[in-house]
Amino acid sequence: MTVFIIRRLMQSILVVFVMSFLVFGGVNLVGDPVEMMVSDEADQEERERVIRSMGLDKPWYAQYGIFVANALQGDLGKSFVYGEQALGIIVQRMPATFELALAALLMAIVIGIPLGVFAGLKPEARTSKVIMTGSILGFSLPTFWVGLMFIMVFAVVLGWLPSTGRGETVQLMGIDVSFLTFDGLSHLLLPAVNLALFKISLVIRLARAGTREIVHQDYIKFARAKGLSQERVILVHLMKNIMIPVVTVLGLEFGGLIAFSVVTETVFAWPGMGKLIIDSIQSLDRPVIVAYLMIIVLVFVVINLVVDVLYSILDPRVRLQDVKG
Amino acid sequence: MNTVAEQVEPLATPEAIEAKVETPFQRFVSSFLASKVATAALVVLAVLIFMAIFAPLISPTNPYDLAQVSVLDSKLPPGAKSFDGMTFWLGTDGAGRDLVSAMIYGLRISLGVGVMSGIVAMAIGAAIGLIAAFYGGRVENVIMRIVDIQLSFPAILVALILLAILGKGVDKIIIALIIVQWAYYARTVRGSALVERNKEYIEAATCLAIGHRRILFRHLLPNCLPPLIVVGTIQTAHAISLEATLSFLGVGLPVSEPSLGLLISNGFDYMLSGKYWISFFPGVALLVTIVSINLVGDQLRDVLNPRLER
Repeated sequence: MTVFIIRRLMQSILVVFVMSFLVFGGVNLVGDPVEMMVSDEADQEERERVIRSMGLDKPWYAQYGIFVANALQGDLGKSFVYGEQALGIIVQRMPATFELALAALLMAIVIGIPLGVFAGLKPEARTSKVIMTGSILGFSLPTFWVGLMFIMVFAVVLGWLPSTGRGETVQLMGIDVSFLTFDGLSHLLLPAVNLALFKISLVIRLARAGTREIVHQDYIKFARAKGLSQERVILVHLMKNIMIPVVTVLGLEFGGLIAFSVVTETVFAWPGMGKLIIDSIQSLDRPVIVAYLMIIVLVFVVINLVVDVLYSILDPRVRLQDVKG
Repeated sequence: MNTVAEQVEPLATPEAIEAKVETPFQRFVSSFLASKVATAALVVLAVLIFMAIFAPLISPTNPYDLAQVSVLDSKLPPGAKSFDGMTFWLGTDGAGRDLVSAMIYGLRISLGVGVMSGIVAMAIGAAIGLIAAFYGGRVENVIMRIVDIQLSFPAILVALILLAILGKGVDKIIIALIIVQWAYYARTVRGSALVERNKEYIEAATCLAIGHRRILFRHLLPNCLPPLIVVGTIQTAHAISLEATLSFLGVGLPVSEPSLGLLISNGFDYMLSGKYWISFFPGVALLVTIVSINLVGDQLRDVLNPRLER
């Protein structure tokens, strides 16, 4: 087990290192940030002062060396646009993204599981067919377009819900959150549903497949034979068993939610990390792009590492195979 | 002699055999057409592809010919008449372009980018997957580790990172989509090639001392095609959707190459003032494209995989 974890850890560190090299090297080939920082009337002396202050006069490998040395101390450079630490700006935006992703995850579970279980229990019912067709649509609809249509219907035509921003926030353990105020909640609803749509479809499919498999198991027949009520059989015996695959997959998909929040945040002007990276790409704010990409790589490497380790605990074959290979 | 030939003839004529036994291809076609939904999707897809290819001939106006576009006609609702009497069935966009025409041209770009990147990614991924399965050992380990690592990141994130680095452009988004997709093809091909590799015909080919390249591409590859085709269809739908998303985010195609995603993005600005059609109709076109490709892909999977019961 220890060998397995160490191997995976080494691999993760290698991935982070390779990515840091690719990201830094690549981003430095794009555009010329000096052009954006210096006004057109600036003389040569002014330009050189800016270049030096941003460290752009050194060769790229020296810039990379400084970048790595600083990154290890949590310093990923100052944003060209905001003039603050890039890492700080991203960390500041992180709670908004995580709040959105968690709300979407919660929705996927609360909406997806009951619908999926229903479709699994009565596969021939008309309602089930509607649910399954809906889930195909949920997979096929482009997230950003659905978001636009939500804004169109609920904000512009009906005027029920706000279309942009985070609304009123309150501090919870030093972090700004939206879900504790009514205003914040109404701002959160549309983006969260939008982001959750794909995962709801996924959960419906998982829950349906699980239900169809489990209703034929002996323990369900036995529970029925014992005279337990239908509700109890479904809510306790069946539910417990379909939760295993659903929770596993959703754990894996959390990273996907954070990645896709880029789209939802842009549509609903939600002030999270995703909107920040799109804005930064538009304005060629290199330190922020690099910092965002490094943080997201780190988040994913950690998620993957945790999932791998959990798998190897649950299923010893995985780790035996890996050590042999 | 004569009598023997007469006796045998009714059984052995090639025509008689052909009449009874349908070729694998005919069997494939008839079982594909067994599903009405899939057949309808195939027809829709064929129409869309036809429109995309012959866009300049079909579309009512050329939306990018400045002489045919008038700002006076901008933001007209569906069904409105233009300044010089032409009807805009789906309205016009912010620059006064006929939305029907803009959508047909947009479809051309969306499908083109999706199919192009799909084909190249399939070729690269299939070659790498075959090599991994055939040679095994260290080569396979390294390749599959890279595939695993890449697939552990969501496609949109990888594409976003690449485009942040590469910048905008048709060539760049195709490169990004290829890099995003090749791993799926490599994994699929390796999976089926691993099974095929141990079959007797490969053993026979190896015994005949046929070159590795010939075994890989003439013997192994054709037998790995069915799953590859299925993944290819579904991945192309993904690529089209991904391109639309990236273009919407403003990191994909440049303004001069307006795909459906970019058209939707342009309409976003007018949405809050109630001019829904500029975003709505290109989105419907995108949706129809993606759903029809997915339905065709689903049916292909069912037909090409006899083990799967339905």
